[in-house]
Amino acid sequence: MKYLQLVLAALQRHKARTLFTLLSVAAAFLLFGLLDSVRGAFSGAGSTVAGLNRLVTVSRISFTLQLPKSLLERIRAVPGVADVTYANWFGGIYQDQKNFFPNQAVAGNFIDAYPEWKLSAAEREAFRNTRTGAIAGALLANKFHWKLGDKIPLQGTIFPQKNGSNTWTLDLVGIYRIADPQQRGQENALFFNWDYFDEARAFGNGNVGWYVVRVADAKNADRVAQAIDALSADSDHETKTQSEHAFQLAFVSQFGDIGLIVGAIMAAVFFTLILLTGNTMAQAVRERIPELAILKTIGFTSSSVLGLLLAEAVLLLLLGGIVGVLVAGVVANGLQLSMGITLPPIVSSVAVWLRALGLMIVIGIIVGAMPAYRGLRLRVVDALAGR
Amino acid sequence: MASGRGNRWRRLLGWLGVWALVFCGLLVLAMLPGWSLPVLLLPLALWLLLTRTGRQAWSATQVGIATIPQRLGSSSVVVVGIAGVVGVLVALLAMAAGFAATLKQGGNDETAIVLRAGAQTELNSVISSETVTLVSQQPQVQRGRDGLPIASGELVVVAALPKRTTGLDANVEVRGVSERAWELRPGIRMITGRRFTPGLRELIVGKRAREQFSGVDVGSTLKLNGQPWQVVGEFEANDANDSDLWADFGVVGPTYRRGNSATSVTVKLTDAHAFETYAAALAADPRLKVDVRTTRAYYTEQSASLTRLITALGNAIGVIMAIGAVFGALNSMYAAVATRTREIATLRALGFRSTPVVVSVMLETMLLALLGGMLGAAVAWLLFDQYTASTLGANFTQIVFAFRVTPELLWRGLKWALAMGLIGGLFPALRAARMSVTDGLREL
Repeated sequence: MKYLQLVLAALQRHKARTLFTLLSVAAAFLLFGLLDSVRGAFSGAGSTVAGLNRLVTVSRISFTLQLPKSLLERIRAVPGVADVTYANWFGGIYQDQKNFFPNQAVAGNFIDAYPEWKLSAAEREAFRNTRTGAIAGALLANKFHWKLGDKIPLQGTIFPQKNGSNTWTLDLVGIYRIADPQQRGQENALFFNWDYFDEARAFGNGNVGWYVVRVADAKNADRVAQAIDALSADSDHETKTQSEHAFQLAFVSQFGDIGLIVGAIMAAVFFTLILLTGNTMAQAVRERIPELAILKTIGFTSSSVLGLLLAEAVLLLLLGGIVGVLVAGVVANGLQLSMGITLPPIVSSVAVWLRALGLMIVIGIIVGAMPAYRGLRLRVVDALAGR
Repeated sequence: MASGRGNRWRRLLGWLGVWALVFCGLLVLAMLPGWSLPVLLLPLALWLLLTRTGRQAWSATQVGIATIPQRLGSSSVVVVGIAGVVGVLVALLAMAAGFAATLKQGGNDETAIVLRAGAQTELNSVISSETVTLVSQQPQVQRGRDGLPIASGELVVVAALPKRTTGLDANVEVRGVSERAWELRPGIRMITGRRFTPGLRELIVGKRAREQFSGVDVGSTLKLNGQPWQVVGEFEANDANDSDLWADFGVVGPTYRRGNSATSVTVKLTDAHAFETYAAALAADPRLKVDVRTTRAYYTEQSASLTRLITALGNAIGVIMAIGAVFGALNSMYAAVATRTREIATLRALGFRSTPVVVSVMLETMLLALLGGMLGAAVAWLLFDQYTASTLGANFTQIVFAFRVTPELLWRGLKWALAMGLIGGLFPALRAARMSVTDGLREL
């Protein structure tokens, strides 16, 4: 610590250069923060302990096909099943196609399967008892300034009504919140009463999109899943039951290999960064060779000179990198508010910080090592003479 | 005191002027089409060769370029930094361009697609067999040699098959087509095997689908809804259909419990101008509740949102990386000017004015930037042109597409490189020009 002054003085030696380097380090870590959080969103970092005992049962052929509702009671009777609920993808449009958000028709007890979603008992009750009732997440309700009692018209894209109309008017009876910031993206959705949906839709009646099964003990999940699939084996509606996490992972992996794309970009960014800061450090050391020689003359050992130079490089990376990650948090927040895109939180995520800090220190050591090695090998007489 | 304030104002005005210049330069650069580069280079070359200031600038530039090997490290920062930005930018934009091109190739103005009113995609649409007949019998629909309308009621369903790369199930589009489908898509060509036989459980597989999914090679049997289907051929369409499995409409419906309903009807119009009257005729018929688009409009719409997203993402990532690269370039060029202080002061003492000095530093930076831009564009082209990837399309099924590094994208990458060079070079150049000659000569 006592050498901190010395390191800071070295950084201030050429203020413009230090500033420019800090800014490019910050730009690199701004990208790192944003991309790492995108990768997190796609790699299913959203799975929680609460989701461990949830299974999803869909049609084996494709999750876009419906299953008969008659399976409900048969699944409920499978040993180890605590509760079962069901939903249909509705895919309605609110006002304009650009306002996309997920909306589903769900059973009255659907929300009970998600204890991490907070909804008051009164609103829960209202949802069950209102024929055209709907509940929306707080993020979504804020975005469109909805409040309880509002009428929300959705344009059906898949399901028209029996009476030929394509407009489904819903009554907002509840707004749910999710405390866990990793999960808040799921507040961007709307759910409405399945009974109303099934009664009014022009076709497909009596079928559900998928079942969500809660198992009593997560340890038995595999056995229960097999038992459920055995119910419909060799029928014309075979099912595939898997954990919610596996289902989500398979779904998002269909969008493309996000991990690969993000990895490639990060590689390009950090390769450039290493070259850039490495060059700056080399320049800084080259200019200071006589000073380093003086340090050694007045009794600094080679290893403390090495330490000083490494500390300087790491400090440079840390200062720039921390600023970059903080800015990434602000930018992600801005995206969330202005465009309704939800990324997992950056600034409050320990994992993101650990990865970022690790990278800063590793890159700092890499870029500091070459010039520091020169400082170590310095022959005082030559250096003082300017040779 | 007063003169001090005056100087400060003049400096402020100077800075504003420089920034305005940078801004205008970037604006002009952004709008330049590719062919204009030689047109702009010609007057520059003439100026360098023919005028006195120009020749001075050229010789100063030559000195600068000759000293590049002495500061290889910092010069390579400019080149590699800018190459990184251009490479990432071009690769991301090539992804968007490839996806858009793959979808758009499937569409034209002479064929129209009919979906249920309100349905944005085929997957969401249901069309009864009466409607299929009604929309096919309109006079705007071209008739084949047998006098029957060239129209194909088609049923799009989804099957989950394991991907070759991950082994995970992904969705593939199974399209049940009528016999007229071949006339509607004349570009389709069988690579191996034969077409499916109507009435039998036979499939043909698109080229890209066969590459993506396991178990769909010609000759293999796969189970759809518990029933065995034989893969009898592989086809090539060079558009989004390459990601499909095709089978007979009459067999797919019952397999998926869809009866004889369709999801869309594609019709061949008598000519491209018939679309308006065709759309009006369908709208006027009270028995029909359908939307009709030309296939070009339909496929363009399907690619629009993803293309927009990737382009926006590419530009945003590019801007952030460019900020980093510009600061790196500034660092390097300030250092270059600093190491050449004595040299530049000598030139000034010999009678060189400041313009040639500014121009020479700018030219040097722009050359390094151009080199970086070409390097980045070349790497993006080598690695990613025709690189295939897949994503979820509008029907919730995998669409395979190839990245397309087009000449326009390469030019756009070069423009970004030049813009970064402009900013990274201008400020160090101005410092070189403002340098005091006497101080500079005394510099060690």
